[in-house]
Amino acid sequence: MHRKTLIELRDGLQRGDFSSVELTEHFLHRIDTRDRELNAFITVTGELALAAAREADRRRAAGQAGPLTGLPIAHKDIFCTDGVRTSCASRMLDNFIAPYDATVVERFKTAGAVMLGKTNMDEFAMGSSNETSFYGPVRNPWDRERVPGGSSGGSAAAVAARLAPAATGTDTGGSIRQPAALCGVTGLKPTYGRVSRWGMIAFASSLDQGGPIAQSAADCALLLGAMAGFDERDSTSMDHPVDDYLAALERPLDGLRIGLARPFFGEGLDTGVERRVREALAVYEGLGATLVDIDLPHVHLSVPAYYVVAPAECSSNLSRYDGVRFGYRCQDPQDLLDLYTRSRGEAFGEEVKRRIMVGTYALSAGYYDAYYLKAQKVRRLIRDDFLRAFEQVDVLMGPTTPTPAFRLGEKAADPIGMYLSDIYTIAVNLAGLPALSIPAGQVDGLPVGLQIIGNHWDEARLLNVAHRFQQETDWHRAIPADYA
Amino acid sequence: MALTKQEVHKIAYLARLKIDESDVPQYARQLSDILDFVAQMDAVDTAGVEPLAHPLDATQRLRPDEVTETNQRERFQAIAPQVENGLYLVPRVIE
Repeated sequence: MHRKTLIELRDGLQRGDFSSVELTEHFLHRIDTRDRELNAFITVTGELALAAAREADRRRAAGQAGPLTGLPIAHKDIFCTDGVRTSCASRMLDNFIAPYDATVVERFKTAGAVMLGKTNMDEFAMGSSNETSFYGPVRNPWDRERVPGGSSGGSAAAVAARLAPAATGTDTGGSIRQPAALCGVTGLKPTYGRVSRWGMIAFASSLDQGGPIAQSAADCALLLGAMAGFDERDSTSMDHPVDDYLAALERPLDGLRIGLARPFFGEGLDTGVERRVREALAVYEGLGATLVDIDLPHVHLSVPAYYVVAPAECSSNLSRYDGVRFGYRCQDPQDLLDLYTRSRGEAFGEEVKRRIMVGTYALSAGYYDAYYLKAQKVRRLIRDDFLRAFEQVDVLMGPTTPTPAFRLGEKAADPIGMYLSDIYTIAVNLAGLPALSIPAGQVDGLPVGLQIIGNHWDEARLLNVAHRFQQETDWHRAIPADYA
Repeated sequence: MALTKQEVHKIAYLARLKIDESDVPQYARQLSDILDFVAQMDAVDTAGVEPLAHPLDATQRLRPDEVTETNQRERFQAIAPQVENGLYLVPRVIE
């Protein structure tokens, strides 16, 4: 059952091949026996899952099945789940039982999905390797001495090892796409404002977006349909019509113009990764697409701009963690300042503290113009390069990451080295564009991801373009031998 | 851009973060490295460019000034470290 895609499982449930309870028990058993070696889950909600599965079977029998009824999924531990611990992989929220459901969680519940548990991640979504979690690192199912990527490493690893058929993630600088690439699964970051951020613990408010991580573009289309849409409660949610992503999957690709940005094929790109990506591009040419050389003159500034904007916004968002109303509080605070500084100092990890400090500096008196405002101006230049490119091409393609999965510990002592692993993904968040990563081969047994970037609101096209590749190839069906 | 110990202490104070004295040199080094790294942006001329606060240039949505939420204080305070009579308790602020 774990070798089936979400859509195949949906069809199986519809035909009565198996019940949701059987399906849920199957995945819970896999998690129980195999997750200790991966550490992909922080909380497993076994009892709740079985109760939801029984309810799903009951509704199906009564002819009331919805789009996701009875399908087991996992939620990144950044989404508030009512009555269930929501830790953001931090000591700061280790004791936090969320008093409400995030909109994404609520929408999945309404659609009938069954929550298996909450997946591990980099602390407060800050990281590219899932090594900063308070609960320990997640391991890549393709090679457990290597990272799964981050920050949605738990979700990507869980799907790669088929401990869950699909999961939710969030992406601020690449945190859905990069782990999807390193784990050989499909992950989509929607247009900024497409998916509600209500109840999705904030890291960088102008960059964060929630999205699906699954085995295929078709599965992502099914999930995005449930996740997307205007939400009153998120003041940055955009009131833009939601396309029928499933219906759009089968459109032919004749005449598709694919832009190849020179900076995405430059120095630092592993030759094996480049080879796989060029082979994937050849598949697209065979499907009727043309490749167009384009330039993005300011994209080399995306990592510097991001490492001002994101820490600045994070320093503001994380100021709510003060030991007063919820979360960690230090023992015997002597006075109010001690309460704040020790609660925060003791409960935040190193990377989080580092980013808060960078952000605080960048926003402080005398530096705001030089850093934050400057970065936001550079951000406009970067976005406008993309908008100009989309006048000539329909989508952009390139590698998702410069290398396959690196070893645990390899970049942990080198913050800037770690930041550069997001070099192809970060600009997309600055520009608010949708993008996905699909498996496009392997190098020495490690997955390689192809990134596809679209114009604002063009998720239907992205999923269609990805789906057509997955009809011609079967990289997306590969499962690590240990987990097959 | 070499941050001094005093600057590191000042940033930590602004961020309300307690840091160990022994960690200050490492923070100074790492923060300085990051600030040097982001200084690459100085190479590009942004005169006349408007900052991009929202990637789609949207503005903050407004709504009528009407009460729409219900008071759920008990529910939200159930997970608080210390509460009394509906108030959150903190160490004495006023002497």
